[in-house]
Amino acid sequence: MHQAALLGGMIRDAPHYGWGVTQAPHSWATLADAVQNHVKSLNWGHRVQLQDRKVKYFNVKASFVDTHTVCGVSKGGEETLLSAEHIVIATGGRPRYPTHIEGALEYGITSDDLFWLKESPGKTLVVGASYVALECAGLLTGLGLDTTVMIRSVPLRAFDQQMASLVTEHMAGHGTRILRGCAPEKVEKLPGQQLRVTWVDLTSDRKDAGTFDTVLWAIGRVPETASLNLEKAGVHTNPVTGKILVDAQETTSVPHIYAIGDVAEGRPELTPTAIMAGRLLAQRLSGRTSDLMDYSSVPTTVFTPLEYGCVGLSEEAAVARHGEEHVEVYHAFYKPLEFTVPQRDASQCYIKMVCLREPPQLVLGLHFLGPNAGEVIQGFALGIKCGASYQQLMRTVGIHPTCAEEVAKLRISKRSGLDPTVTGC
Amino acid sequence: MEGGASGEGGASARDGAEPGAGQSREQGERSGLHSHSAPQLGVWFLDRFCPCGSDTAVLAQPPPPPPPSRAQTFSTPGRGSSPSRRLGNVRGAAGPPSPPGRRARPPAPGAGRLSGAAREELRRRLLGLIEGHRVVIFSKTYCPHSTRVKELFSSLGVDCNILELDQVDEGASVQEALSEITSQRTVPSVFVNRVHVGGCDHTFQAHQSGLLQQLLQQDPAYDYDLIVIGGGSGGLSCAQEAAVLGRKVMVLDFVVPSPRGTAWGLGGTCVNVGCIPKKLMHQAALLGQALTDSRKFGWEYSQQVRHSWATMTEAIQSHIGSLSWGHRLALREKAVTYVNSFGEFVEHHKVKATNEKGQEVLYTAAKFVIATGERPRYLGIPGDREYCITSDDLFSLPYCPGATLVVGASYVALECAGFLAGLGLEVTVMVRSVLLRGFDQEMAEKVGASMQQLGVRFLRKFVPVEVQQLERGLPGRLKVVAKSTEGTETIEGIYNTVLLAIGRDSCTKKLGLEKIGVNVSEKTGKIPVNDEEQTSVPYVYAVGDVLEGKPQLTPVAVQAGKLLARRLFGGRSEKCDYVNVPTVVFTPLEYGCCGYSEEKAGEVYQAENLNVYHTLFWPLEWTVAGRDNNTCYAKIICNKLDNDRVIGFHVLGPNAGEITQGFAAAMKCGLTKQLLDDTIGIHPTCGEVFTTLEITKASGLDITQKGC
Repeated sequence: MHQAALLGGMIRDAPHYGWGVTQAPHSWATLADAVQNHVKSLNWGHRVQLQDRKVKYFNVKASFVDTHTVCGVSKGGEETLLSAEHIVIATGGRPRYPTHIEGALEYGITSDDLFWLKESPGKTLVVGASYVALECAGLLTGLGLDTTVMIRSVPLRAFDQQMASLVTEHMAGHGTRILRGCAPEKVEKLPGQQLRVTWVDLTSDRKDAGTFDTVLWAIGRVPETASLNLEKAGVHTNPVTGKILVDAQETTSVPHIYAIGDVAEGRPELTPTAIMAGRLLAQRLSGRTSDLMDYSSVPTTVFTPLEYGCVGLSEEAAVARHGEEHVEVYHAFYKPLEFTVPQRDASQCYIKMVCLREPPQLVLGLHFLGPNAGEVIQGFALGIKCGASYQQLMRTVGIHPTCAEEVAKLRISKRSGLDPTVTGC
Repeated sequence: MEGGASGEGGASARDGAEPGAGQSREQGERSGLHSHSAPQLGVWFLDRFCPCGSDTAVLAQPPPPPPPSRAQTFSTPGRGSSPSRRLGNVRGAAGPPSPPGRRARPPAPGAGRLSGAAREELRRRLLGLIEGHRVVIFSKTYCPHSTRVKELFSSLGVDCNILELDQVDEGASVQEALSEITSQRTVPSVFVNRVHVGGCDHTFQAHQSGLLQQLLQQDPAYDYDLIVIGGGSGGLSCAQEAAVLGRKVMVLDFVVPSPRGTAWGLGGTCVNVGCIPKKLMHQAALLGQALTDSRKFGWEYSQQVRHSWATMTEAIQSHIGSLSWGHRLALREKAVTYVNSFGEFVEHHKVKATNEKGQEVLYTAAKFVIATGERPRYLGIPGDREYCITSDDLFSLPYCPGATLVVGASYVALECAGFLAGLGLEVTVMVRSVLLRGFDQEMAEKVGASMQQLGVRFLRKFVPVEVQQLERGLPGRLKVVAKSTEGTETIEGIYNTVLLAIGRDSCTKKLGLEKIGVNVSEKTGKIPVNDEEQTSVPYVYAVGDVLEGKPQLTPVAVQAGKLLARRLFGGRSEKCDYVNVPTVVFTPLEYGCCGYSEEKAGEVYQAENLNVYHTLFWPLEWTVAGRDNNTCYAKIICNKLDNDRVIGFHVLGPNAGEITQGFAAAMKCGLTKQLLDDTIGIHPTCGEVFTTLEITKASGLDITQKGC
């Protein structure tokens, strides 16, 4: 869906590059169909893969009976008891609904529903400041829908905050309405199909209201642990987050029960981390390796309209860990070549490399805001894993003309106070 | 004024501790390390002019090069103020002594015997030092004779560069190298304007006879510290950096119009007829693809979308115009003199600049950088210059080229063919032998196949022999006759445009290089340089595409130019690293690579010592768009004998340019297969495919993608 939104931008660019196309309306139904077909083919593919590898697949809801036994309940209510030597919990998380807001559960939807809507969500209010919230709001705006994001405090908490504010600044500049410091109070259904949302501005305490077709909650995710009867197996969870406590081996409080992915406490909620953790766990259980999953320096990308890719520490975290006087930040505002012809605004295209100050200036974190951020960051993440220093990265010759080459050309430190705008070619 | 400043310098030279005030112009140049001692340059000896070898030598002839017209004072304000860095062991008389920790390291530690290469390197450095400074004294702090010499120069009000051999680690080696150069083993050893005056007694005798004063006046006062010939990526970066370092710099840039009359402004190939316009046309073609895809993603618009060549080229040319203008502004801001004239050497340290109107001006400089780049090659067959165009003409072509024959299989050929096809034109590529020579051939063939999928037609193993005009027009109609490279078969084809992209020739022929003895490769016409971009003439350097055996890429030229300026004028020693330079071919499906091709890796390391991991992949964006699931390809080549280190990286897919950059950085940091396996992918991207490579070529396992 992000790609569909990007294509919308490309259609806007196309006339500048000589293509005789006028701005087109977007059909939600066509997109939803295409996306759902692909997702279904993926689901099917997973089933085929399990079959190929002789993994038995049960479409049942499981809960613990004792430390070695689970009970599975099918849709029809049939129960199956299954026992195993090792048990892995990988039930993930589901979007959370607010509990004290009238009408929230009744009239709102979550990201679980959004991608399966048959009809366009229309004018949408997205509540939340997580990457899910910003990604959804960004793609809905990109598809031409009137979209508002309501953020209680800061966007993209735990991400670098300078980058986070550039991300929202870009979204605001491209048509997403952003309500900062606001919290919803109630959702009511109007006589038509529309929803009336009342919220409060937390700084002024003033109340305000608006009408939307859809309200999307993206205020966080809850781990799927409540219905597992974990207490019967003696598996401990964090009482606050509900997540399962694990050690470096992914082992829970019960030695032969493990937890991986979003359900495990303190793990990044990312697909590739879960995949790798699962694979390594299987290899350890079968005695093929003793390697542990390394959760440090995990690269990630937020697929907002202007993508934000990062790896390693945020500037705040680096300063907190090493002290401001030991941290050097190199940065640049750059303009992607492709932006020039359609005269796209590049004010938020920004790169920041957070390094130790002492030579050879070990790289602690890299943050990239711009097109194809995911592709750009991947390779650099490897470099950082190799213990790259600023000096080494600066010896890398750029690939011209790309956005990624700007990373290898970062010369201006924040400390110098010089203008970090890249000029020329 | 001058005397006063130097007097103070002289005093500090005695005790070697007083912080100096006015540093000489020469000090800033102290890092100018030169290599070869060309016969007509290098060190001159007084005794060469003195058959009897007596101390009262007389100059029989002035040492070359002849001093140019304009006199120049020393200690020019604003110059030479860069602090001593690399050669911390060489002090100007007025300069502060370097703290011991900042002394330059010698090529080999200690005073032991140096290896041949290290000795040669030291010799080069010494010659560079001698050539780059007005007065150089090799001295020892405790030597009373050395002190007398220093006092003499001080009293004359002359700034000296003094190397105290007892204060530097490599002192003994320097002394040995010096004795090889001068046949004099003792200190002091005095050089004035590259002439070896001799020891203490010789120097005083030369002073008494007036010879020393004569030598001191021989100081070459050039118009410029640096003249750069060629205002492209490499030349401009070098010129600007030199100017930032306080040097007086000139750039001579002149574009000889193509046979079709196309010319352009400052900025060189990349900006005007290379990377920039081609990437933008590539983007235009990608947008065409995006328009097709976008219907599947729900965007609804009128079915017939036509492309306007004029709109595109106008937009691109306007961007190029602004870049070119930006370069001119940057030169002006940095006080670099830009002259739109063709530069050619007429004698040592002197060029003739000829402008459009044929007016000639002579300029002199202490150092030169040749950065004239290359221009497209013609076939040398009937009709080629009259009717064919090259990449020099394509990007500003005032009309749509129509059905186009692209001749050649270079990356330029394939990129142009790719975007022209993407814009909806009928495109044929005529290839003499292999695609993308020098690149990994498996990848090259896949690039070709992906272009064929887009409708590009390939004529393999044919070469054109004649081009005839059938019809004039914009575009007209051309008939191309081609013959097989394998037999006698001849074919004919009719096209609107024939684009030649068979290679490029370096612009070295008309530079007068032979007049000053700069070596040019007979075979390639390129300029061989050492690892410091120095040509066979020590004060002449070269950067960019004109270099022999170096990657022809903008960022390489930019880096080389900048580092060169820093070495020449900034006291730095870092050399341009030409290893593991990543590059990307912007064909419709982009191909990015870094390090070895599979063929080359096999030659260097033997195939049995390599692990080649590979896979086809299906970008997520392609799934919904319904594009082929077995076209994109990823491959790495690892050296088994070196911890499975990644020595070759190849990717064919969307955004290969953006993907490859970071991997190139990782390869610089010693990327291994293990690290790739340990790294977590970014989902969903194309780049993540490299973190999950499992299948080696040797295993022969199937790498096709079956749906997901």
